[in-house]
Amino acid sequence: MSERLTVLKTYKLYVGGKFPRSESGRVYEVTDSKGKWLANAPLSSRKDARDAVVAARKAFGGWSGATAYNRGQVLYRVAEMLEGRRDQFTREVADAEGLSKSKAAAVVDATIDRWVWYAGWTDKIAQVVGGGNPVAGPFFNLSSPEPTGVVAVLAPQESSFLGLVSVVAPVIATGNTAVVVASERSPLPALSLAEVLATSDVPGGVVNVLSGRTAEIATPLAAHQDVNAIDLAGADEVLAKELEIAAADNLKRVLRPQPVDYAETPGIDRMTAFLETKTVWHPTGSLGASGSSY
Amino acid sequence: MASVFAYAPAPESRSVVDIAPSYGLFIDGEFVEAADGKVFKTVSPSTEEVLSEIAQAGEADVDRAVQAARKAFEKWSALPGSERAKYLFRIARIIQERSRELAVLETLDNGKPIKETRDADLPLVAAHFFYYAGWADKLDHAGFGANPRPLGVAGQVIPWNFPLLMLAWKIAPALATGNTVVLKPAETTPLSALFFADICRQAGLPKGVVNILPGYGGAGAALVVHPDVNKVAFTGSTAVGKEIARTVAGTPKKVTLELGGKGANIVFDDAPLDQAVEGIVNGIFFNQGQVCCAGSRLLVQESIQDELLESLKRRLSTLRLGDPLDKNTDIGAINSEEQLTRITSLVEQGEAEGAERWSPACELPESGYWFAPTLFTNVTQAHTVARDEIFGPVLSVLTFRTPDEAVAKANNTPYGLSAGIWTEKGSRILAVANKLRAGVVWSNTFNKFDPTSPFGGYKESGFGREGGRHGLEAYLDV
Repeated sequence: MSERLTVLKTYKLYVGGKFPRSESGRVYEVTDSKGKWLANAPLSSRKDARDAVVAARKAFGGWSGATAYNRGQVLYRVAEMLEGRRDQFTREVADAEGLSKSKAAAVVDATIDRWVWYAGWTDKIAQVVGGGNPVAGPFFNLSSPEPTGVVAVLAPQESSFLGLVSVVAPVIATGNTAVVVASERSPLPALSLAEVLATSDVPGGVVNVLSGRTAEIATPLAAHQDVNAIDLAGADEVLAKELEIAAADNLKRVLRPQPVDYAETPGIDRMTAFLETKTVWHPTGSLGASGSSY
Repeated sequence: MASVFAYAPAPESRSVVDIAPSYGLFIDGEFVEAADGKVFKTVSPSTEEVLSEIAQAGEADVDRAVQAARKAFEKWSALPGSERAKYLFRIARIIQERSRELAVLETLDNGKPIKETRDADLPLVAAHFFYYAGWADKLDHAGFGANPRPLGVAGQVIPWNFPLLMLAWKIAPALATGNTVVLKPAETTPLSALFFADICRQAGLPKGVVNILPGYGGAGAALVVHPDVNKVAFTGSTAVGKEIARTVAGTPKKVTLELGGKGANIVFDDAPLDQAVEGIVNGIFFNQGQVCCAGSRLLVQESIQDELLESLKRRLSTLRLGDPLDKNTDIGAINSEEQLTRITSLVEQGEAEGAERWSPACELPESGYWFAPTLFTNVTQAHTVARDEIFGPVLSVLTFRTPDEAVAKANNTPYGLSAGIWTEKGSRILAVANKLRAGVVWSNTFNKFDPTSPFGGYKESGFGREGGRHGLEAYLDV
């Protein structure tokens, strides 16, 4: 009996809730850590990047306007879907990062747990970083965090799945929408994550995933006038500086690359980096001249 | 207006201020000449009188001041927070004690009415130092983890519209968190910062903790680019802010930017109109409109446009423009000839583009820099006066029909600093406030500030927040 021939998967981009090929028609070869061919991944163009920004902007109103509770539920649903695909991701992470099956499984477990961790933050971050201000006058005023908008995320190059989720989840947990550039050498876990997002309840356009040359895709994103922020985690020093200069053109919020141990429980910095603070004032008035305080 | 509204002159006395004929740079606790000996003059914008001659900082002076601040940083950051707090409390108290002197000084150098320096600027300046003094020994509890560390030397560049208040916004949180500072005040308003140097002396602040470098843009640029500056804080124009963001790219410098704005002040048909009129006036004519969060775009619901404009015009006719030292003056002088030219040219462009210009009958003094309160009607969103920050007493009036349209128009700007909402309906306030992309939203009030409240912009109005707990983050390694 001859061995069964497996069905190969055509990996595609994830833009606006759909799975297009790159408009450029280009692909590049993705290999495992030993150089064995795994798949052809789309080689995104600047047009793909612009399409992704349009999709992310379109999704921003609905996603940022959803209740924090609802966003938490949706993100938790993603964790449920991830759990169901645990074996697939273990295989992909093992291939991508050259890990043993058990080590890769541990990474995938940590990644799912990370997603759950952020799912729980959606309705808590406002209480931690916002609140009432005791102003010296007859006013009530309240500071609350709000998402900054469309965030371009350059996923870390080495940690293809845990690193990826560690930079994507905080961005969307707080109500931003994201255009994600997957790890250049190991994009497959990111492209598979898109399949999970599509089958969860995450609205199309909230996360858009592009694969290809990080520098080629990141350059138009950093210069894009409708992108509000950029996470430079996946950029090297030279590229990061170039992108930060381009980002100054519309004063994007920039998160510079920094050494991160993705295995550690993160702080809230990756969330607050993409939050604005809005302070709303209103006069309190007076109940009259009686002088009674209660 | 009729003579029943005529007031006798009520000028505040200048005698409480003793302005020296010349001032040096304040570096390492001493007043010193600029390395290249350059000086410039600061004038009173209401009279064009030369007030004093000031040393002009250059690159060498910046380097000297940064070195002094670096040296002082070691000891200052190692002080227990409770000790730093006491220095800041001292400063706050001395500002309160000298507030009359400082208010008169600020009015002379800046041109703004004494009633604003006396009743708004100075109380807030003292309050900022008082507020941040209390943080210095409580940083462990500020929500940034245990023992958050200062960044080092902060290079701070501030504008001329609120010279001493912007100094307080920058210096108080920097010192509370254990940083040392080099601050460059604007070239048209250096005096109150130099008087502040004297307050540091009176408070016994260690040498080098605060350094003041009056100068032009070149000194500011040298400060931003200096390799030994760890933190850059800037308040000023969006164009310069972008340049700073490019300059610090690829460096570890932390940066906060408070930039321009084109605030929408939205008046719904159920608003309390008399209060709204006061709020509109306060929103755009406070400090001659030279305010980054000014409510420079009035969005009025179409059905009440005529009624509101009539009230507004009547109110504007009672505004008193003139001697800023007069306690009854509402509108003072424009800060500089350069700024007056900019306002004039933008207003002429507004007329050329077809917007309708109106000003109350208003006599302008013969010397000094003055601009009458001005309204533009028939303004569309494409007009320059609806898009560009004028930074002067010029209000553009646009209309809307539905709350959605109001929000869309309010957000139709690259800026995102401030907005106002006037309506009696609470749910509408909250719904609209939620949708506005602005860092501060005033409902049924405008232009209120408080040290406990974070202030700062969305989009091209800059990043970071000043004031409140949030304001600490800019000066901590978190």
